[in-house]
Amino acid sequence: MTKNKKSQKVDNLSTQEPSNTSRRNLLKSVGIMGAAVGSGAAAGAIAQEGSISNVMSNPLSKEALEVLTASEAETLESICNCLIPSDEHGPGALEARAVHYIDKSLASHNKDARELYMVSLQAIDSYARKTRGKPFYQLINDYQNSILLAVQNNKVPGCSPSGSGFFNMVRSHTIDGTFCDPYYGGNQNFVGWDMLKYPGVRLSASEIDVAQGAALPPNHQSAYDHDTYTKMAAASTSKQGRGVDNA
Amino acid sequence: MPKSLPKTDVVIVGMGAAGGVASLPLTNAGLKVVGIEAGGWLSPRDFAPDELRNGVRNWPQSAQKAANEAPTVRASSDQRAVQGGHPMMNAVGGTSMHYWAQSWRLNPWDFKVVSATRNRYGANRIPAGSTVEDWPFGYEEIEPYYEKVEFAVGISGQAGNVKGKINDRGNVFEGERQSEYPMRPLRSSPFTDQMNKAARSLDWNPFQGPAAITSELYDGRPPCQYHGFCNKGGCHVQAKSSTAVTTIPKAIDTGNLDVVTYARVTNIVTDNNGKVTGVDYLRGSEEYFQPADVVLMASYAYENVRLLQLSKSRAFPNGLSNNSGQVGKHYLSHHQGSPVIALFPHDLHNWYGLPAQGVAIDDWADDNFDHAALSFIGGANLWVHTDRKPISAAKMSTFGRGRNWGTEWKKFIMENADRTNTAYIQKTTLPYDGNYLDLDPSIKDTMGFPVTRITARYRENEKRIAEFSQTKMEEWYREAGAIDIIKTGLGDAMGASTHAYGGTRMGNNSETNVVDRWGFSHEAPNLGILGASVMGTSGSRNPTLTVQALSWRTAEHLAENWRSIVG
Repeated sequence: MTKNKKSQKVDNLSTQEPSNTSRRNLLKSVGIMGAAVGSGAAAGAIAQEGSISNVMSNPLSKEALEVLTASEAETLESICNCLIPSDEHGPGALEARAVHYIDKSLASHNKDARELYMVSLQAIDSYARKTRGKPFYQLINDYQNSILLAVQNNKVPGCSPSGSGFFNMVRSHTIDGTFCDPYYGGNQNFVGWDMLKYPGVRLSASEIDVAQGAALPPNHQSAYDHDTYTKMAAASTSKQGRGVDNA
Repeated sequence: MPKSLPKTDVVIVGMGAAGGVASLPLTNAGLKVVGIEAGGWLSPRDFAPDELRNGVRNWPQSAQKAANEAPTVRASSDQRAVQGGHPMMNAVGGTSMHYWAQSWRLNPWDFKVVSATRNRYGANRIPAGSTVEDWPFGYEEIEPYYEKVEFAVGISGQAGNVKGKINDRGNVFEGERQSEYPMRPLRSSPFTDQMNKAARSLDWNPFQGPAAITSELYDGRPPCQYHGFCNKGGCHVQAKSSTAVTTIPKAIDTGNLDVVTYARVTNIVTDNNGKVTGVDYLRGSEEYFQPADVVLMASYAYENVRLLQLSKSRAFPNGLSNNSGQVGKHYLSHHQGSPVIALFPHDLHNWYGLPAQGVAIDDWADDNFDHAALSFIGGANLWVHTDRKPISAAKMSTFGRGRNWGTEWKKFIMENADRTNTAYIQKTTLPYDGNYLDLDPSIKDTMGFPVTRITARYRENEKRIAEFSQTKMEEWYREAGAIDIIKTGLGDAMGASTHAYGGTRMGNNSETNVVDRWGFSHEAPNLGILGASVMGTSGSRNPTLTVQALSWRTAEHLAENWRSIVG
C-alpha cells in the first residue's frame, strides 16, 4: 500500500480521493482470485491447489502467517467459510481474508486468544478425523457445518474455554475480519462493506449523502487513505501541544 | 523522598470534563493552577474513522492509568468481587474526548426527589432502604452555571422553556432557562424525522436532545461533519466540545495554568490540623510533591473515592475526609441497561449517524407523569439515535430467526444491516444502603495499591422503571412501523459505568455527606471535590453537563472566597 507522497498535506477536512490506481487494480485482482477460490462445496480443498499458482502472480499471497501454523490456518479458513460463506449471495469471509486478519490480530490486540485458538482448532480437527476420517478442511461443506454446529452446542470435546465460548469468539473475530477497515488485513477489496451496502468511511457526510442511503456509491477508502491519520503526517503540530509539563 | 516543587495556589487532580472546566474560572480570577493529568495530549490526527480501533481495540482506553486500576464488581457483600474493564479514558480532556457528548441539564425534580415525592404521593413512596436526600439547593441555584458552561464549551440544542415561554420543539418538561442554547440543535435525519412523527402521533413530546457538538461555526471551531465516529472516538475536526479544545486552551492562554501530563497522583498530603498541603505524584519513575493552598479532586468517581480512601494520615486515619465514614457511601451507577431493539421493514439511512443525533421523549421521565397508581418513583428518558458501523451492524440480533451464521444468516444481515435500531433508555437510579465503594482486599493495581471494589445492585424501583420504560419504548417503535422488537432483561449487579455517581456526596448534613453545598469537604476545608461523585441523584439523563456546572460553581466560589477557604 504505497502512498502518494505528494499528497501528504495535513488537512482535517480533506475529502480527496486516493489517486493510486495501481493499488486498486491489485486489490481487484485479489478479489477475482478470491471469488474463484471461494466457490464450490469443498472450498478449503480447492484453495490448497489454487494458492500455488496465485503465489506466483499475487504478491499479497506471499505474506507470512504471523502466528498460526499452516495447519491451523487451513482449519480456521474453513471455519470462517462456514460462518460467512462464499455463496450464491456473493463473497464471504474467504474473499475478505478474515483468516489473514485473525492471524495478524493474534500478534496484537487478540494475543490473549492465541492459546484458545491453538487448543480449539486442534480439537476440532481431531474430531473431524475421528468422526469423518479426514482433516476438517478436506470435508465437504455439509460435514463442516454439522461439526461447527456441534462446537457451538458444546458437543466437541477439548475446545477452550468451551465449545460455545470458542464458537462465539471465532464468530466475533470472523465478523471483525470481514467488516473492519482493510488496513487490518481483512475486508479485502471492501467485500465486507459492499456486502452490507455500507458506502464507506468518509470525513464528512452531507444531508444529501445520508438521504441516498444504500444508493450512495461506495467510496472504497480506508481511514488510512487519508494522510492525516498516518505516520507520514507526523510533522503536523496541534494547537493543544502547548503548556505542557512543569515537572 | 519525592522532589518538592514550587508551591502553587490550586492543584487540580485530573484535567477531564470536570477539572478542565474548573480551570477556566480559577485562572481567569488570577489564581495559579497546576492541572495534573494521567494521560497526554491527543490531536484530531489521533481520531481516525476506524471502527476496529475505537470499538474493538478500544484504542483510546488502552494502556491507560484507568485500565490498570479497573474496579472489581459484586452485587452484594456475600459475593466475591470480579475485576472487569474500565469505561473511561485518561487524556487532557478525559472522557469528554470520546464520549457521546449528550449534554443535559437535570430536571428540577431531580434536585428534590424526597420532598417532591413526599408532597405529591406521601412519605411511604420513597423506596425502602434508599438513602436518597434532597440536594442542598434546587435547580434555580445551578441554572446560571448550566448557562455559563453551555456557552463556554459550546452546546447545541433546542430550548423548551425560556423564561417560562414553552416551545414544543424543545423539552417542554425542562426547568426554566434564562436563554436559548448557544447553537441550534444538530440536524435531523430521515430516521429521526420518522421517529419524531411517530411520537407526535402518540401525542408525546419529541425533541432533539442537547449535545456538546457544534452544529455551526462556534468559537473558531467548525461544525459537525456527521461522519459518525463519536462513540469511543474523538473528533477529527474538533466539533466535539471537549474541554481539551474549549476551556483548557483558554485557561492556558491566561498564563496561569500548567498542565502536567502522564502524572499519577498517589496521595493527597494532609497536615496534623486536617488541612491538605498538596499532592504526591509519580511521573515515569520520578516522585514529586506539588504543594498547594487548595486541592481540587477531579478524577472519575471511582478514582476520587479511591484516592481519598488511600490518603490516610494522622488527621484522617480511615482515609481523607472520611472521619464520618461517608466516603464511598451513596454510590450508584446509572441504570442504562435493558434496552429495546427494533427491526424495521426498510433501510433507516443511519450509516453516517452519531449517538448525539437523535430524538428524545421526556414524557415518561422523572415526575413528568402521574405515579399515583404506579409502584415506583422516577422514570426514564427514551432516546433513539443514528449510529451504525459495519462490524456492529453485522453483529446485530437475529431476532430469533434461526442460526447466527451460515448462508441464511448472511442473507439476513445483507438485507437488514441498516434496518435495526437500539434505544438508549436512561432511568432514575437511587442510592441504597448496601451499595458502596471500598478498597478491594486482594486485587491491586500495577503500583501495588488496592483497586476500588463496587458492591451494588439494582432494587425493585429500578426494575419496575425498566419494565415500564421498555413498554413505552416498544409502543413508540411500533407506532413508527417496527416489525419486530426485542427487550432484554435487567441484570442484578450495578457494574462499572460511564455514569457513576456518589461516594463523596454533597449535602448540608456532615453526618451523611462528604462535601458541603459548595463542593468543599466538611472535614478538610481546603479540599474541594468535582465530578459526579458529589451527585446524590442521577436523574434520567447523562451527567456531564451537571458535573461541569457544579465544577464551575465550586471554582467560582473558591475564587470569590479565597481568603476564608485558604484560612
